[in-house]
Amino acid sequence: MDEAIQVDPLVDLGQHIAGALGAAVIEQVVAFDELTLTVERDSIVSVANFLRDDPRCRFVSFVDVCGADYPERDLRFDVVYHFMSPYLNHRIRVKLSADDVTPVPSITGVFRGADWFERETYDLYGVLFSGHQDLRRILTDYGFDGHPLRKDFPVSGFVQVRYDEERKRVVYEPVQLMQEFRTFDYLSPWEGTDYVLPGDEKAKQ
Amino acid sequence: MTVEAKVRNFTINFGPVHPSAHGVLRLILELDGEIVERVDPHIGLLHRGTEKLIESKTYLQAVPYFDRLDYVAPMNQEHAFALAVEKLLGLEVPRRGQLIRVLYSEIGRLLAHLMNVTTQAMDVGALTPPLWGFEQREKLMVFYERASGARMHATYFRPGGVHQDLPQTLIDDIGTFCETFPKALADIDTLLTESRIFKQRNVDIGVVKLEDAWNWGFSGVMVRGSGAAWDLRKSQPYECYDEMEFDVPIGKSGDCFDRYLIRMEEMRQSTRIMKQCVDKLNSPDGKGPVSSLDGRVVPPQRSEMKQSMEALIHHFKLYTEGYKVPAGEVYACVEAPKGEFGVYLVSDGSNKPYRCKIRAPGFAHLSAMDFLCRGHMLADVSAILGSLDIVFGEIDR
Repeated sequence: MDEAIQVDPLVDLGQHIAGALGAAVIEQVVAFDELTLTVERDSIVSVANFLRDDPRCRFVSFVDVCGADYPERDLRFDVVYHFMSPYLNHRIRVKLSADDVTPVPSITGVFRGADWFERETYDLYGVLFSGHQDLRRILTDYGFDGHPLRKDFPVSGFVQVRYDEERKRVVYEPVQLMQEFRTFDYLSPWEGTDYVLPGDEKAKQ
Repeated sequence: MTVEAKVRNFTINFGPVHPSAHGVLRLILELDGEIVERVDPHIGLLHRGTEKLIESKTYLQAVPYFDRLDYVAPMNQEHAFALAVEKLLGLEVPRRGQLIRVLYSEIGRLLAHLMNVTTQAMDVGALTPPLWGFEQREKLMVFYERASGARMHATYFRPGGVHQDLPQTLIDDIGTFCETFPKALADIDTLLTESRIFKQRNVDIGVVKLEDAWNWGFSGVMVRGSGAAWDLRKSQPYECYDEMEFDVPIGKSGDCFDRYLIRMEEMRQSTRIMKQCVDKLNSPDGKGPVSSLDGRVVPPQRSEMKQSMEALIHHFKLYTEGYKVPAGEVYACVEAPKGEFGVYLVSDGSNKPYRCKIRAPGFAHLSAMDFLCRGHMLADVSAILGSLDIVFGEIDR
């Protein structure tokens, strides 16, 4: 009898939200004691409104918006929202996927704190937000080109700056590395490589 | 006869090297006389691409980046990252490790609050508090140094526990510090709390309603000042905070002065927690290992490495390849001195984080600068900025 009553409150909450929002929720997962909802991109504003106002959710505290890049997918970006409910003491993660041309509706109308976090996501990943009042770059340099947290953006970047004594101003130049940029592949030798090691080309396989 | 004067708004540039900009903040202020009409903070002057760099480092190599975020309380940042990695690995920290983590988290809280309370006082005109406060900070940084070898960039909280055990003399000295510190704090208190000038500059300035505070993503002192009894150490306890006795001070009016009072009281409560930690570390059940004994994650002691072949292999593998973390995503957070410091970690099952988003409390607080300052006088801008507890390392990342 007891086993039937033992339902994880997070699973229960997830089912409640999925039931109320219907088709907007694509998937709900509980992993590592955290509830994650995957939602339709265009419904994020109504989802955020529901999560904030529903008496069983009350996720009134805005925590975070960030991006994540998965270049092998068609919709390569994930936009990840975190909310917290101080009244009921639980947290939730909401995810949706996006690409760099179709905008994601902005939730600044629901949570004003999302303003800078969405600007940051735009700056670092190039995800566009529709309905955002002021979608400027935020962390990178004035006039910066590219979106640095994308996986295809090199760690060393493209430009470097220095103060030029003759021109009496800071100048931008292409990056020149004083030594080769080294990345060591520590993972392969113990588990067998799936590529040919340099120098091994002529060896019998 | 009246002469109609031509009035126009002024736009002034505050910072990025203004002393009360607390780092490298550039504010564009639009003024009508002395009244602030609009504030546009420009940040990113200290952006170092921490999140990008972490993606190309192993989990252990990522730890030092966290010291360089909020460099006023470095270990609290490491703590959030360590908790996230431990959550993915399903790793348990031994009790002594937990006690040391709590002890040093509270030392970090003292470091940050001493810095903030006294420099905020300096922003509004009092020069003595920083001199007195920094004397105490100096002692705390020596405790950092004696535990980890570095005064600031400690790399002490590592996934699995802490790097090394504390010597008994250090624990005794921290105990002695807990006895003397309340006196020093009371001295600072007499300088500020009843000071007429300090009150005039802070009372009813930068008032935040609780509803707005949640909506703007505030946390820590910023919501407690507005009356929420919300502290992650109490409400979502991590490590052994649930067995510590301490009170959570809350404010009534949500202004700068309430936030100052809360920080002062939190320092007293932190001293209380530190005393309990010292007692527990000295009791028999506080002895034992400081780090998980799982050889797949935590490197062996150096002495062991010199004796045992297996330990040598582990040592070599863990400091080159590192350990692999099971695929998945977690969000772990701690009650850092400035608020909720969170790490959203995505692992793809390799030895490097796939994505590590750092959720800095100061970022959310500073984003509300326009909302907080509108309608205030120009001189209040630095008082409000000081009470937000801004450190640029964590905002710009």
